[in-house]
Amino acid sequence: MTTIEAPRTPVRPAPKRGVNLEKWGWIYMRVSGVVLIVLIFTHLFVNLMLGDGVKAIDFGFVGGKWADPFWQWWDVAMLWLALIHGANGMRTIVNDYTKPGTAQKLMKLALFLAAAVLIVLGTLVVFTFDPCPAGAPADLLPSFCAA
Amino acid sequence: MPESSAGTLTAPEKPAKQKPGGTLYRGREGMWSWVLHRITGVAIFFFLLVHILDTALVRVSPEAYNAVIGTYQTPIMGLGEVALVGAIVFHALNGLRIILVDFWTWATRHQKVLFWIVIALWVVTMLAFTPRHLINVFSH
Repeated sequence: MTTIEAPRTPVRPAPKRGVNLEKWGWIYMRVSGVVLIVLIFTHLFVNLMLGDGVKAIDFGFVGGKWADPFWQWWDVAMLWLALIHGANGMRTIVNDYTKPGTAQKLMKLALFLAAAVLIVLGTLVVFTFDPCPAGAPADLLPSFCAA
Repeated sequence: MPESSAGTLTAPEKPAKQKPGGTLYRGREGMWSWVLHRITGVAIFFFLLVHILDTALVRVSPEAYNAVIGTYQTPIMGLGEVALVGAIVFHALNGLRIILVDFWTWATRHQKVLFWIVIALWVVTMLAFTPRHLINVFSH
């Protein structure tokens, strides 16, 4: 008989009291993943398949979409869910390929900062966006700006 | 190797018809789905970082946004978008496979056939997307 050695990682039971953050992270990946499939597949279909696809995307296209609160909230939901999903997935990879220590902490800090800064930036962009900025050439703007 | 509470497993001395490197997991559907899930996930993450920054240019000026989004409409980036959509579709379908394997014992037992279903659905989706996208990229 050949003996297969026990895995090197010792058993780490979840804390008995308090919130089990790793469990909630695990649940988040699955729940956000399912929601993101609906959000992103629709995003790709509307922006790449309908009409002239990627060739139709310009400032006027984005202005036309974000004139509707429906697409503003759609895109903000994608932003938050996808960045947290992605950053948490990258955290799993950092945990897998690095040893605990300063370098690992810095990598996780970088992931956290990248996600936090882009979530704040993206949310501000979507909700402070002006589809008809003053002084811009009219032919670059959505058609409703002329009215 | 210190003994741990996880204990040890024993395997038969001579497994029937073992291929080099072939085990229940290594080199099989389970491993490749994991590898592809990681690679596509990392690729999508870095695209997402760039995509939020380029979209944020709408807040700078129409000219700045149009200049950068114009680079997404070149032939070389058009092919890149096929790769991007391919990565997203695989990650999405395999993610659903993972959820099924986690929560449904039938799916746990049949994770291999589910991997090939993921591949088949990926091929069908890409056949629907790629021609239309490439026509948009190359003919308009």
